[in-house]
Amino acid sequence: MKRIALLGMPNTGKSTLFNRLTGATSRVGNWPGITVELLSGKILLGSEMIEIVDLPGIYDMHGFSEDEQVVRHFLHDNVPDLALVVLNAAQIERQLSLLLQLKQLNLNLLVLLNMADEAKKLGITIDTKEMSAALGLPIILLSAKYGNGYPEALQAITSALRANLPGMPEKVRSQLEKDEHIEREMSRVLKQSVQIPARLPDNLTAHLDHIMLHPWLGLPIFFGIMFLLFQAIFLFGQPLQAGVNELFGWLREAAIAPLLGSLPPALQGLLLDGIYNGVATVAAFIPLIVLFFLFMAIVEDTGYLSRAAFLMDALMARMGLDGRSFVMLLMGFGCNVPALMGTRVMRSRPLRLLSMLVIPFSLCSARLQVFVFFSAALFSPRAAPVVLFSLYLFSFATAILTAILFKRHYPNNEPFVLELPPYRFPTLRQMLMRGWHEAYQFLHRTSKFIVAGVVLVWLLTNLPPSAAPASADTLAGILGAWLHPVFAPLGITPDLTIALLFGFVAKEIVIGSLSVIYGMSGPELSGALVQQLDWVQAYSFMLFTLIYTPCLSTIATLRKESNSTGFMVFSIAWSLALAWLLSFAFYQAARALGY
Amino acid sequence: MTLSKLCPGEVATIVSVQTDEALLQRLMAMGFRAGKRVELVRKASFSGPLQVRIGTTDILLRKSEAEKIMVQV
Repeated sequence: MKRIALLGMPNTGKSTLFNRLTGATSRVGNWPGITVELLSGKILLGSEMIEIVDLPGIYDMHGFSEDEQVVRHFLHDNVPDLALVVLNAAQIERQLSLLLQLKQLNLNLLVLLNMADEAKKLGITIDTKEMSAALGLPIILLSAKYGNGYPEALQAITSALRANLPGMPEKVRSQLEKDEHIEREMSRVLKQSVQIPARLPDNLTAHLDHIMLHPWLGLPIFFGIMFLLFQAIFLFGQPLQAGVNELFGWLREAAIAPLLGSLPPALQGLLLDGIYNGVATVAAFIPLIVLFFLFMAIVEDTGYLSRAAFLMDALMARMGLDGRSFVMLLMGFGCNVPALMGTRVMRSRPLRLLSMLVIPFSLCSARLQVFVFFSAALFSPRAAPVVLFSLYLFSFATAILTAILFKRHYPNNEPFVLELPPYRFPTLRQMLMRGWHEAYQFLHRTSKFIVAGVVLVWLLTNLPPSAAPASADTLAGILGAWLHPVFAPLGITPDLTIALLFGFVAKEIVIGSLSVIYGMSGPELSGALVQQLDWVQAYSFMLFTLIYTPCLSTIATLRKESNSTGFMVFSIAWSLALAWLLSFAFYQAARALGY
Repeated sequence: MTLSKLCPGEVATIVSVQTDEALLQRLMAMGFRAGKRVELVRKASFSGPLQVRIGTTDILLRKSEAEKIMVQV
């Protein structure tokens, strides 16, 4: 099969074009010579199936960033039949350098000049015929966002693919180092074909930035926007998630349970409470992920994410992070899983890993459910909101502590030099595509891991078959008793230890598991808890619940996004250790003070 | 003087970039070359990053990085 590589600088609309070309057919995959996964898709062009690969956006063919290495190694080991180079017409004077570098590699090239409409607004006129002649390359004008020029581009791609493939020179590196030649070439081509006004017109972006990046108003506006986003995800996401849960519950009662009715009870339990519940757990995340990335598409594609980085960088730089990590950390308060996936906007690996280490401390909506129940059961109506607020403070404090402790282990080697793109609004199509792609990747990457985890916990709480589910006689009960010496100094009872074991799967099921353990629910369960625990024990339990591993889905996402089981294990170990230490310190201090 | 010393709205010409190779490559790709005109658009509060305009592109960089770029008004 013939292969096309998509190349270009960041902010050229390369990914938008990729989505338009491949539709919903794309998938992630591994390639020879590189360690990261790339998106690719197959399309029918003319009478042939063609594979299109989306390479990371780079500024320079011989830079030192991870992305630049990925592109070099990919081209070296997987010579494409055609390289589509996407250039941002509004920044043509800067973007030409990458094209000329690629031209030196003797690749079969086709140039797509994207965002022609934006260039026009800036008063930049480009004579494509002249430029095409000066470069000796075919050039197509295009708007990837709205699809103008798209049919012409497809036609040009089809005919370019028919051309003979030139050989790839052996000494790629030495070819790449002739900067001077490139500089001369650039000025020659630009002089002939491009006219740029001396001063850019004061446009909408400048006016908006005047307010959005205002020295005093910028930060309050930023927090306002974040608050609204968070509220929106919460407001729309919770009912959607509840709806999916209800749907799965209904399906179970109406169809699956009767169907399995003739099977032995143990097998029924495994299939229903193990595997089926595992699938339902995965499904419940889908609406949240789609919604989150709909909003992230707006924040990112409008160019506001770079502005947030500008506003928050002064504070975050001291923690070894940058402004974008802060946005993801805040988003983690809705749900950790998409926030972890969102760290992909950061291209430096150490920076990404440090952000991923910090995000699981964000008090997500699932943990909030546990805290609302416990604080209502064990604290007075006046104290309960204070308790909740203090947990949010602990959430921030543990995140900051983790970042400061580990920033030396994840030194950010990538300079903070970010482009500030003009404000653009993404089309609905772009937003939906983004949501769909992310949901697909989540399903593809993590579902098996999550289902396996749910089944494992079911087995622990139901074996041996003679024991009552989740009772002291089950494997989980035995494990809880065995772990008791570890949790006793925190004031956490064996029953609560089993609930923590459930909480490892998902915090949504902690209260449910307590209902199973105590054999009661709602107000009765609250009453039973009040009789068994005092407020110091309850707060210690909540602290532990806040800080230790959020859920299996988070773990699965951590593993896939970091591409490292070691990092996942480290993250789990650190959060368990920190949870234990803080709960221990709190419980012992409170007892010592006589509470 | 260095780029970090400019006031918002001021325009200067780049004299030299004195930094390690990784940052130099990135700055070159962004258009930072000796002789180019650069405008400081604004500075973030609490000595945060600077927004500079070079050609048609707006770029954010930290103060520590801007201190390595020598300019002449």
